[in-house]
Amino acid sequence: MARVRVTVTLKPSLLDAQGKVVQGALQQLGYDNVEQVRIGKYIELTVNDGGDIDAQVKEMCDKLLANPVIEDYQYEVVA
Amino acid sequence: MKFGVLKFPGSNCDQDAYYTVKDVLGHDVEYLWHQQGNIGSTDVVIVPGGFSYGDYLRCGAIARFSPVMKAVQDFAASGGLVIGICNGFQILCESHLLPGALVRNDGQRFICMHVALRTENVQTPFTNALKPGQVLKIPIAHGEGKYVCDGDTLKQLNDAGRILFRYADQDGRLTEAANPNGSTDNIAGVANETFNVFGMMPHPERAADPALGSADGRLIFESIVRHFR
Repeated sequence: MARVRVTVTLKPSLLDAQGKVVQGALQQLGYDNVEQVRIGKYIELTVNDGGDIDAQVKEMCDKLLANPVIEDYQYEVVA
Repeated sequence: MKFGVLKFPGSNCDQDAYYTVKDVLGHDVEYLWHQQGNIGSTDVVIVPGGFSYGDYLRCGAIARFSPVMKAVQDFAASGGLVIGICNGFQILCESHLLPGALVRNDGQRFICMHVALRTENVQTPFTNALKPGQVLKIPIAHGEGKYVCDGDTLKQLNDAGRILFRYADQDGRLTEAANPNGSTDNIAGVANETFNVFGMMPHPERAADPALGSADGRLIFESIVRHFR
């Protein structure tokens, strides 16, 4: 078994409306030094060994887990 | 001619679309269940609004891979007419039948209200019953309706007249105040390169009967019917 951690985030060029609201809330709490908040998704996969997991996960991200038009993704395979 | 209205788990505008076609326009219509791998003898596919598959992951992301969408993709590739409304627009973008994507409204809120739309191109199967620049009163109801695309795509859309509707004020002016969700260039609806696939966030099927406060949406369905005459 391998565990895969995928993070999906909105492309930097897009306004993250949710992040902006959270940033406002943090500043209201007194954390004036918070320059930016970006909110993303964390997806954890448990994958049976065998096959090229790395290539598979990349394919999964391109096909379904992220939308390349608006999102970037990163992943790490944890043995 | 016959319309087909897709039905996903979570679709909730399918009955409005069905009603508009059958009772308002008087045409044949049938539901097409998401699990079926063909669309039968349908001439026009309506991908309705709602929250297909609970909007899990991203709006439209799961619906894209349903058996019926495979059939719709083949149908669209062979020139068949497909109109996506609200969640249907999101599904068509996720399916790469239309460019760009719909993201969270700038204001963070789900917006449900009537908006004014300016008609940008009347030489399409979806707008041929309209006049250039005609302003329509049609409701929106979405949380993720901000249309975005990259600069090259935007240029292509503009150059080819593929933006069919823009959010405007009552007089047809494209102001920031008239843009309810922060969509790029006030875009409310776009067509594919061959103008047989079209998606829009506003709900023409909710404004096709005068009893609903506006019957302007009917003109979009009448355009489709005219296209087949």
